Amino acid sequence: MALQSLDIVRRSATTTPSPGVRESHTGTVAKLIDVSKCIGCKACQTACMEWNDLRDEIGTNAGVYENPPDLSDQSWTLMRFAEYENPKGDLEWLIRKDGCMHCADPGCLKACPAPGAIVQYANGIVDFHEENCIGCGYCIPACPFDVPRISKKDKKAYKCTLCSDRVAVGLEPACIKACPTGALVFGTKEDMKQHAAERVEDLKSRGFDQAGLYDPAGVGGTHVMYVLHHADQPQLYNGLPADPHISAMVGVWKGITKPIALAAIALTALAGFFHYIRVGLNETGERDEQAAARETEKPHE
Amino acid sequence: MSDPDSRGTLVRYTAGERTNHWIVAIAFVLVALSGFALFHPALFWLTNFFGGGTWTRILHPIIGLIMMLAFLFLAASVWKDNRLRDGDWTWLRQIKDVINNREEKLPEVGRYNAGQKLLFYVIVVCMVGLLLSGLVIWRAYFSMYFSAGVIRLAAVVHAVCAFVLACAIIAHIYAAIWVKGSVAAMTRGTVTPGWAWKHHRGWFREVTKQAKEGAGFKL
Repeated sequence: MALQSLDIVRRSATTTPSPGVRESHTGTVAKLIDVSKCIGCKACQTACMEWNDLRDEIGTNAGVYENPPDLSDQSWTLMRFAEYENPKGDLEWLIRKDGCMHCADPGCLKACPAPGAIVQYANGIVDFHEENCIGCGYCIPACPFDVPRISKKDKKAYKCTLCSDRVAVGLEPACIKACPTGALVFGTKEDMKQHAAERVEDLKSRGFDQAGLYDPAGVGGTHVMYVLHHADQPQLYNGLPADPHISAMVGVWKGITKPIALAAIALTALAGFFHYIRVGLNETGERDEQAAARETEKPHE
Repeated sequence: MSDPDSRGTLVRYTAGERTNHWIVAIAFVLVALSGFALFHPALFWLTNFFGGGTWTRILHPIIGLIMMLAFLFLAASVWKDNRLRDGDWTWLRQIKDVINNREEKLPEVGRYNAGQKLLFYVIVVCMVGLLLSGLVIWRAYFSMYFSAGVIRLAAVVHAVCAFVLACAIIAHIYAAIWVKGSVAAMTRGTVTPGWAWKHHRGWFREVTKQAKEGAGFKL
């Protein structure tokens, strides 16, 4: 994505404001994934491949429904299937569409050392600009959802763009367009929250007391949200983190310590300079040479 | 005695030791510049010295390994002379006298003074920390074998060790300029007897004794 969008709110490894005169006057966008409506057909995966021109390797059947087995540079979204035996002893088949959550506070962007390799638009989409990516992979451990993947082909990091190219021209993401059950919906984040509230109410009336919206506050909320029947146990859905947040380690590494460390290094050099100015060199003079000569001429002790 | 050509000289570093030191030093400068480039956005322009961001990412760990390998030999050759001995703690406690060039008040120093020894151990610890954490965050070859938590920790360890090492090396470089004659010791290999007598009297006595016993030192 090299279009000049003029609506950049955050840019990786950049300390001054990025072009951002265009604001998102209609609010930020969000994709809502209603897990309770998903039938696991993988039409979204196919639509993602098609729109983005991606073709993952044809793998082998390992006896599970996930296909391909994991997210990759070629698979930016993936249906994950979990078999859960509920306390009543019934089997629940929990299917979750995995992919980038488009965090309001993106760990990947915070960790990225390459200026402009990761941007966040005013509409909330977090996008990788692979032409600026240097392939260090710092975004991978920084992501609370384990989403970015490095391509073996070009060593750049890839992930779901939330179809930023489609959204920019008023279209919905490809996966949304393909979903046959209405499990995927797209709109402003406010509308999606409202829609989710209705869905949660419906689920509660059907006996899912713990139904709820997954919009984790630990990462400032996300622009991909889930309606879960077991919102109290998101881990049931193939390890969806209960309280995702940018790791304190990433915070320490990328936060205030950086300017402090640079300043301390500069101060060390300055301390040397002023020591030179105030105290001066420790030189060896003629007297030292004579003392040394006296010692070598006679045996000491 | 004032004519440098006729002045007797003591060998402080052999050609091999000097070569080893400067391989470490050159590699350190390159690895530090490329590391700083990725450490803070304000220094990303340093990637230009290495052919851009991607080349910096590719070269940094390779130069780092070269530095590690060369440092291994350097550390092995100076290890013995950096063992702590009586007087080192007194020397460190009298750091004010050290800083103010009142060397005559300090206990006798061997081949290395307590400050140099402290620096040596700081460098060794940082190098080990950098090597181990660096392997963990080396995405192309090793990161896939570690969990996100370990990689996050390694990134912090790498940054902290690099920071301490950068400060230590600045101190090392300044000390070499400050104690005049030290740079020549590592470039030409020799020091004057007066230099050795003033700054490293224990070592001076050792080598002059050896010379008298015919160990081959030119005086």
